[in-house]
Amino acid sequence: MILKICGIVRIPPLSKIRFILLQNRQGKTRLAKYYVPLEESEKHKVEYEVHRLVVNRDAKFTNFVEFRTHKVIYRRYAGLFFSVCVDITDNELAYLECIHLFVEILDHFFSNVCELDLVFNFHKVYLILDEFILAGELQETSKRAIIERMSELEKLE
Amino acid sequence: MEQLKTIGRELAMGSQGGFGQSKEFLDLVKSIGEARSKAEEDRIVLSEIDILKRKLLEPDIPKRKMKEYIIRLVYIEMLGHDASFAYIHAVKMSHDDNLLLKRTGYLAVTLFLNEDHDLIILIVNTIQKDLRSDNYLVVCAALNAICRLINEETIPAVLPQVVDLLNHHKEAVRKKAIMALHRFHRKSPSSVSHLISNFRKRLCDNDPGVMGATLCPLFDLITEDVASYKDLVSSFVSILKQVTERRLPKSYDYHQMPAPFIQIKLLKIMALLGSGDKSASEIMYMVLGDLFKKCDSSTNIGNAILYECIRSISCIIPSPKLLEAAADAISKFLKSDSHNLKYMGIDGLGRLIKISPDIAEQHQLAVIDCLEDPDDTLKRKTFELLYKMTKSSNVEVIVDRMIDYMISINDNHYKTEIASRCVELAEQFAPSNQWFIQIMNKVFEHAGDLVNIKVAHNLMRLIAEGFGEDDDDADSKLRLSAVESYLQIMSEPKLPSLFLQVISWVLGEYGTADGKYSASYISGKLCDVADAYSSDETVKGYAVSALMKIYAFEIASGRKVDVLPECQSLIEELLASHSTDLQQRAYELQALLALDARAVESILPLDASCEDIEVDKDLSFLNGYIQQAIESGAQPYISERERSGMLETTDYHSQDHHEVPSHALRFEAYERPKPSSLRTQASTELVPLPEPSYYSEAHQPISTSSVSERESSEIKLRLDGVKQKWGRPSYQSSTSASSTPPQAANGTSSHPDVGVGSSSLKPRSSYESKKPEIYPEKQRLAASLFGGSSSSRSDRKSSSGGHKPAKGTASKPPKENPIPVQPPPDLLDFGEPTATSVTATDPFKELEGLMDSSSQDGGSTDVMGVLYSDAAPVTTTTSVDSLLSELSDSSKGNPGTYQSQTSKGPNSQEALEKDALVRQMGVNPTSQNPTLFKDLLG
Repeated sequence: MILKICGIVRIPPLSKIRFILLQNRQGKTRLAKYYVPLEESEKHKVEYEVHRLVVNRDAKFTNFVEFRTHKVIYRRYAGLFFSVCVDITDNELAYLECIHLFVEILDHFFSNVCELDLVFNFHKVYLILDEFILAGELQETSKRAIIERMSELEKLE
Repeated sequence: MEQLKTIGRELAMGSQGGFGQSKEFLDLVKSIGEARSKAEEDRIVLSEIDILKRKLLEPDIPKRKMKEYIIRLVYIEMLGHDASFAYIHAVKMSHDDNLLLKRTGYLAVTLFLNEDHDLIILIVNTIQKDLRSDNYLVVCAALNAICRLINEETIPAVLPQVVDLLNHHKEAVRKKAIMALHRFHRKSPSSVSHLISNFRKRLCDNDPGVMGATLCPLFDLITEDVASYKDLVSSFVSILKQVTERRLPKSYDYHQMPAPFIQIKLLKIMALLGSGDKSASEIMYMVLGDLFKKCDSSTNIGNAILYECIRSISCIIPSPKLLEAAADAISKFLKSDSHNLKYMGIDGLGRLIKISPDIAEQHQLAVIDCLEDPDDTLKRKTFELLYKMTKSSNVEVIVDRMIDYMISINDNHYKTEIASRCVELAEQFAPSNQWFIQIMNKVFEHAGDLVNIKVAHNLMRLIAEGFGEDDDDADSKLRLSAVESYLQIMSEPKLPSLFLQVISWVLGEYGTADGKYSASYISGKLCDVADAYSSDETVKGYAVSALMKIYAFEIASGRKVDVLPECQSLIEELLASHSTDLQQRAYELQALLALDARAVESILPLDASCEDIEVDKDLSFLNGYIQQAIESGAQPYISERERSGMLETTDYHSQDHHEVPSHALRFEAYERPKPSSLRTQASTELVPLPEPSYYSEAHQPISTSSVSERESSEIKLRLDGVKQKWGRPSYQSSTSASSTPPQAANGTSSHPDVGVGSSSLKPRSSYESKKPEIYPEKQRLAASLFGGSSSSRSDRKSSSGGHKPAKGTASKPPKENPIPVQPPPDLLDFGEPTATSVTATDPFKELEGLMDSSSQDGGSTDVMGVLYSDAAPVTTTTSVDSLLSELSDSSKGNPGTYQSQTSKGPNSQEALEKDALVRQMGVNPTSQNPTLFKDLLG
């Protein structure tokens, strides 16, 4: 809804989370979920740039980097970087913990997750992500609810 | 390598380790993993694409096989290759009745297609069917797809069903329906404007997940229109209260905080609602105060909530007590060792400083530490803070720092931003004109290509107009200093074009004005510029015009003009220039040189750049000439509009323009055409129907029948060649929901004038601060940043008292604080990290021996080794516990959160098995291995 209030047009962003990337240290994309439409070539660029921004940062530094007009919150787990791109003014720590919650869910689902799990089961990771974040918004934050939903799907296999 | 293959085969057959994929799939993933270069990877993928293309052509592919092909295609796309040849197969798979296949189909489709892809239309029907399914998992799958694939045109096809699903008995469905509706609202607000009351209803859902999800759309709605949701303030407060009192199910706990993500969403909403609203703010005081007490500042998530509280407090009208609590939280952040927390602290400081300006002063050393930190993110945040706390007493230090940083970075995006901030601050707070010009010179020199051209124009105007005082002497001094500085800078190589334009202009106008520099000197310099930047036509143009002015002033003052030889050759060169603009300038200059003093003076009077030139738009001085022409038989002028007879068609255009957004596919049958008698009446007051806002509806309520009348008339209009692909623009009259005048929507929109939060304004408050005497190396910086009252400063202020900021934005006079302040002794602690670090006993250390022994056979270091070297599992639950509390400096563990895990989750046996498997696949532990686990989970 575009509403004119005293000449100010406020347009809510189309999506809070723009994309989520899982990349390893070499920059190989392990998972990429975009919540805003992007051209294929643009996605490449984004993945390349995010990897470059994130990979060589000192571990002591903040887990936040400015990325174009947005902000990337990233967290490193072993050789994997989980990066979330959000608005420049959003609560960084909250997203940092979002990533962690996601990893906890993965860890629970795969019983001690490792990169190998994610590589071979990337389609399941997508399904988990769909239960966690929908249309760029946090949809469910209860680990148990997500795990239950996933195990119902697993039963079908 | 050989070993790897065997393992792969084993995996393929027996699905050990839960991988459960076919051999081909595993081989693909494995070979990609082994690829040593991007080229090799590409080769593998291309051959895989070939294989899949061939396989997909085979008849009667078993469904299970097909599913795997699709997954392989998803993988290929993820690697950045085009799998569009197979999109249609993914679409087909989503039609399948088997849920597993359907999910895979939907998954692939959501990853492959954007909402505007042509194939979407083939999925809409399936989605419609699936939304009606009895199996809620099918419904969920369809709703997931909706959130990605449905666009404005297809919303109406699924909208009624999605609305029905809001009352589904399964909470998972309700939740996803809310998200889908939210998505519709973002895509096309008008299509769901009559449904937003549903969001309010769902706020009271029994299931906390649904309630949590509802907060997303409500946040958006409240951002747009605060006033309509004021009644919910107490509801939100009471929800937050209940959450903090742990009334939600334990499964929402995260690191022992009750539903923290829901708390954060609520706090964001409260910030909106309480902004500029005293009574709403007061309702929130209690719960906010409690939060400060309850939040565990040893965990990240606790701090995330604290930070959100600070944000809320900076938005609402806070109580002194809350401000104090927020300040305490900020100082804890700033004192922390963690860069993340320091960053949050600096950010919080920037927010609070608007309300209580003196808050920064106790943290000055922490701020300076952050400013000097090697971490760019932190540094930039600190610059943002400095920008917010700039006032005339510290502007010099801050802007100098900013410029130093600006020079040091390469990132053009940020360079632009910081350059424009420098300019803004300089324009607003400049203590003196000389300083201002210096700063502008630096900005132009180092970021001239990045600053807005307006900045250059402002600078030129400033130099031309002076600072608005009637002090000609000061003005000419300013100009002289500008000219001097430019003559100096000009010798530097490679100046930005924009800067050269400014330089040329100023030299042209004022280069010789003071008599200090001779015309030939200045014109020589200008020729040098034109010569050195011969590829830049704009600069050359500026230079030639400047030359023209120099010579004009010379001629006008009666001196004899000697055109320098290099100048002469420049003019000659430009006379034959390819650029007509340069050519014209050169001819003008040549013509001017031949004129006498009186004529020249009226063409280019001295220092007249600020004089208004009256433009006679009607060209009235030509009236006599026209009269004459008409009398002698010429045709009178007819305006273009009249000539082309466009009068009626323009109406069509505007109409068409309005209707563009309403283009949409129809999913219902067409209505019968209405009698044509209505047409004329309707077409006169055509209101474009699905206008993005519902204002028009609110102001002139229309009955259902009139809507359809209007539509029928639109059909007729369409027939006259207005471009239209399918059907009418509006489906609204047939969907029962939208044809009734939306009561709720009208209600929400009826207060357009309220809700401009004062938060959007950025009041610039000046504040006084003290100057403690600590840390000799930083003391000076701190003093100049934070101390507004040192004697040297007041001297400067008085000396520059006569100047006014360029833009006319009055800077607030800094408050004087004459009391010399003794340094608080405890400030010394600021430099020292006070956080206690509890060293967590690393459970992996204990396991190290175990792993080493089990992996001694892992031989060569190949790519797989690198690839999977980190991929080894955590071994015990206790380790997970302790490590999960990462960054919190505490190894307390989270027994609550992880209870479920101990029952179901990993056990050491399983983990070791998996570890062994990973190792068998050719992974040998590298030196990082032990720390890997620490990384992986904390």
